[in-house]
Amino acid sequence: MQYLLMLYSEESGWSKMSPAEQEQAMGAYHAYTEALTKAGVLAGTNRLRPISTATTVRVANGKTQVLNGPYADTKEQLGGYYLIDVPDLDAAISWAARCPGSSHGIIEVRPVWPMQT
Amino acid sequence: MSSRESDVQARNTADAVARRSYGKLVAFLAARTRDVAAAEDALSEAFASALKNWPLTGCPASPEAWLLTVARRKMIDVGRRRRSGEVAAAQLQVLADELDATAADVAKDFEVPDQRLALMFACAHPAIDAGIRAPLILQVVLGLDASMIASAFLMSPTTMGQRLVRAKDKIRQAGIPFRIPDREELPGRLGAVLDAIYAAFAEGWADPGGTDVARRDLPEEALFLGRLVTELLPEEPEALGLLALMLHAEARRRARRNTQGEYVPLAEQDPTLWDSQMIDVAEKLLLHANALGSIGRYQLEGALQSAHVYRRRTGQANWTAVVQLYDALWTLSGSPVVAINRALAIAETEGSGAALKAMDDVAADVRLTEYQPYWAARAELLAKTGAYCEARRAYEIAIGLERDPAVRRFLQRRQLALALSGLQSDIV
Repeated sequence: MQYLLMLYSEESGWSKMSPAEQEQAMGAYHAYTEALTKAGVLAGTNRLRPISTATTVRVANGKTQVLNGPYADTKEQLGGYYLIDVPDLDAAISWAARCPGSSHGIIEVRPVWPMQT
Repeated sequence: MSSRESDVQARNTADAVARRSYGKLVAFLAARTRDVAAAEDALSEAFASALKNWPLTGCPASPEAWLLTVARRKMIDVGRRRRSGEVAAAQLQVLADELDATAADVAKDFEVPDQRLALMFACAHPAIDAGIRAPLILQVVLGLDASMIASAFLMSPTTMGQRLVRAKDKIRQAGIPFRIPDREELPGRLGAVLDAIYAAFAEGWADPGGTDVARRDLPEEALFLGRLVTELLPEEPEALGLLALMLHAEARRRARRNTQGEYVPLAEQDPTLWDSQMIDVAEKLLLHANALGSIGRYQLEGALQSAHVYRRRTGQANWTAVVQLYDALWTLSGSPVVAINRALAIAETEGSGAALKAMDDVAADVRLTEYQPYWAARAELLAKTGAYCEARRAYEIAIGLERDPAVRRFLQRRQLALALSGLQSDIV
């Protein structure tokens, strides 16, 4: 089964870090990604640029509304994701727990709903 | 045999299999697909077929294997019809092959592999809402129907039904596995299973008179589950502790009411009315658990029950040991309920004043404002220190919070006795 691990954290946390700390954090993510790849479970991953770059779009009554900023104005923001393919929720949870993001933020684990082809 | 007799025999056999093997069959049928609802539907259709066929053909040598084969066929039929839905054709074929292979094995040696524990772990998975775990286990492992469970848990049948459906959907859609957790995960995960079983027991315990038909069977069902867990995990001290705790409580059921149906507190119960066989089993379980060398909440609670039983039987109390057990339990759980019981034990060793002080430490906990035993315990202690007016008020709240009429009457009698002793002390 595929699960999307969504990494939520406080963006300000990153800018408060010293360059050395940032480097260490990046290293931890690299190692984690490497471990997922080695285990053959990684189906995709990306980091997202900060919410200051976010734009929301909706169409109401045929009119497109474009707004600056993220959809939900919460303290923790979606900062990246891992798409993994594992046998069950327990496996997904144990990968989520290994992700560096789970110690400085929150990871939401969602099963992917496969599309009929 | 007349057709009537064979009908009865078929029904009795089906009932016995349902009682013994319902959860086993559901666990087996749903293990791969994790579709508990589909397994339950197929199984109930299989039971219906059994009641139709067995009176004509006679009961099969292995009713379990028979039911499994029929249920499996029904599941595959439903799957085929739904092929355009979530279950892809290839997956369906895998399922059919797998079920065929295992069902053939089952038919050969008439033994359905027991995956009930794995099923219980799925139902009590941390991803399942804690409040629905006990109802889910009762339904899925024992086959109790939603309306019965609803009334036992004081919930509307509609709400209960919806929550059960949602929980089953979650198991299937989120891919919650049917497996017994690894050694290092086990203690935490087993705790959730044991908590769910204890919740079922406690719900039934609230109706000791057995006046409420729906709640009456719950302790028995919980004991069944408790025994099942200890059979499947015989070396888990907390599972043994929970079974011991439930047996100790169950052993005193008859003594909790007098012949008029009035509530009798532990201190006034007649120990000869206790089920000594159950107590003996409980004591053996506790000893075994203790030898395994890892203490936990249920063992401590079982040990407390054991201490109370010993005290009432021999007339010899070891209150210091009881306070120590409560101390350990308090450290483990931080539960205000434990703190209340601890305070009552302190009353025996250091007096009511010290007990009231100990109780004040947790009085700020909002959970206690609606907790009847807190107010009753407070009232008791206040009365002993001569604070009759405050004691009367505390009883008033306790009475207002109680839902069991017998316990309510008991508290009212206490309150009344208080009024009299208060009067006397005023006169003297």
